[in-house]
Amino acid sequence: MKKFFHFGNRVGARATRSTIGNGFVVFILGILGLFMATPMVYTINVAFKPVGELLKFPPDFFVQNPTLDNFANLSNAVSNSVVPFSRYLANSLFISIIGTAGNVLLSSLAAYPLAKHKFPGRNFIFSLIVLSLMFSPVVLSVPRYLEMSAFGWLDSYYAIVVPMLVTSLGLYLMKQFMEQINDAILEAARIDGAGELATWWYVVMPAVKPAYLTLILFAFKDIWNDSGSVSLYITTESQKTLPLALMTIMQGGLPRLGSTSVVGFLMMIPPILTFFITQSNVIETMKSSGMKD
Amino acid sequence: MLGKIKKYRASYLMVAPFFLLFVIFTVVPVFIAIFYSFSSYNVMQPPRFFDLQNFFKNYLDLFLGDEVFIITVKNTFLFAVITGPISYAACLLIAWFVNDLSPRMRAAATLLFYAPSLSANVFFIWKFIFSSDSNGLLNSFLTRLGFTNEPILWLSDTRYTLLVVIIVQLWMSLGTSFLAFIAGLQGVDRNLFEAGAIDGVKNRWQELYHITLPSMKEQLLFGAVMQITGAFAVGGISAELVGRPSPLYSAHTIIMHMEDYALAPRFEMGYACAIAVVLFTVTLGANQLIKYFLQRES
Repeated sequence: MKKFFHFGNRVGARATRSTIGNGFVVFILGILGLFMATPMVYTINVAFKPVGELLKFPPDFFVQNPTLDNFANLSNAVSNSVVPFSRYLANSLFISIIGTAGNVLLSSLAAYPLAKHKFPGRNFIFSLIVLSLMFSPVVLSVPRYLEMSAFGWLDSYYAIVVPMLVTSLGLYLMKQFMEQINDAILEAARIDGAGELATWWYVVMPAVKPAYLTLILFAFKDIWNDSGSVSLYITTESQKTLPLALMTIMQGGLPRLGSTSVVGFLMMIPPILTFFITQSNVIETMKSSGMKD
Repeated sequence: MLGKIKKYRASYLMVAPFFLLFVIFTVVPVFIAIFYSFSSYNVMQPPRFFDLQNFFKNYLDLFLGDEVFIITVKNTFLFAVITGPISYAACLLIAWFVNDLSPRMRAAATLLFYAPSLSANVFFIWKFIFSSDSNGLLNSFLTRLGFTNEPILWLSDTRYTLLVVIIVQLWMSLGTSFLAFIAGLQGVDRNLFEAGAIDGVKNRWQELYHITLPSMKEQLLFGAVMQITGAFAVGGISAELVGRPSPLYSAHTIIMHMEDYALAPRFEMGYACAIAVVLFTVTLGANQLIKYFLQRES
């Protein structure tokens, strides 16, 4: 049991951590962990079930004879649409990569002066952004739709990607993190004759690696998982993305459960992998996420 | 002043791309919503603004003449009041428990608990878990254990629909705040624990109350804002799980009501904008209220 807990060098830690209490912690974490994991584990199991097991009554939780049939059948599952499955995947990757790159660049470019320059208006700009953390963008979907229609962006990726370039949370986290940068190194860059843009790119960005990795994770998972704005704006089938393909296949009901689960399983992998790689950087970034006022 | 602005020219240019898009897609829409909320607007024809006697027509209709809206307000507040505090407490409790694990176990547990937020689309599987026919996983499980003989209609019985949406919503709610709490817990000064132990802090709960929570107030406020904002925006999940509309509107939310009016065949943009303004005001108000209380505590 002891090796699961870290007491570090904390004097007195043992005094506040009873064995019964530790057992209780493991017990609660176990139950809640089971609740969190069950749907994901079930999805993965279903993805590998042969047809017979999919329609079996009562259903088994775990797959008995795993098969790759559902993966091979993906093209049949979307056969009612004229678009091959790989097209949805390519569309998803395209908007996710462009949107994530733009989001990270614009956020950190704006966060640097907001964190380090004392220009008139910066408090106003930052407090507006903090205020916008207090309502979900979904609330504004109707006026946004009117804007997109006025811009002629209906059925265009602009309507999906451009609003995703500027997420308040991304800018907020980046700005908070940049405040820790030592002013002396910025001053040194200035004395060496670097312009603000060069200082940002060569001095600031390498110093905020945890923060930009965090922004990559957040932006990527949001665009990758987005179904709301794609289903609202994109009408051309060949422009739709994986979450929409998932919904289409899901409408096939139980017989299509295997293929639906394959798409769900495939969609799980990239964000979870990204978090797996960036986790320590994300936690590092969130240490400065606190709201001061 | 002008000299100062000139001096900071580079700063303004760097903020400009973000700020411009932010204004276009976040600030302006608020004003567009307020503007059209005083009109009848169906997109095909120019908006007709109400005259002064009727100026608040959309709002009066909403609160006095729209029974479904009242139901969605009730449901949205139920969601917010139930999932908001529960998910907040769960984020904090799990983060606190996870923080006591060894680094490797902590990383694994963090990944496990954050995974549902990362893979939002997997929530489709809940539909098959709660499936109303006897092929549903939960129903077959309950039948096997002898709890019930007949399948329970989780997704269509109005006694359960709201509960189902709340459960799935809670499953997905260990998000940004959860990460912020884990980070906040790791940022607490270790010396405080030692000093606390010497001063007579006897168990982990006392330590949490007297030392840990007071040292992570800023994260607690950030987390509260994230959870409240999310709790008021429930809509898509409910529509996917129990239908649009759900039986007797039992799990219909304000967001869904707004979409019902904005989308085909209604296209009542003015009315939808009035709903948006109400929801905007409520979410912002709830956040400010919580902010006020959390700060008064300190």
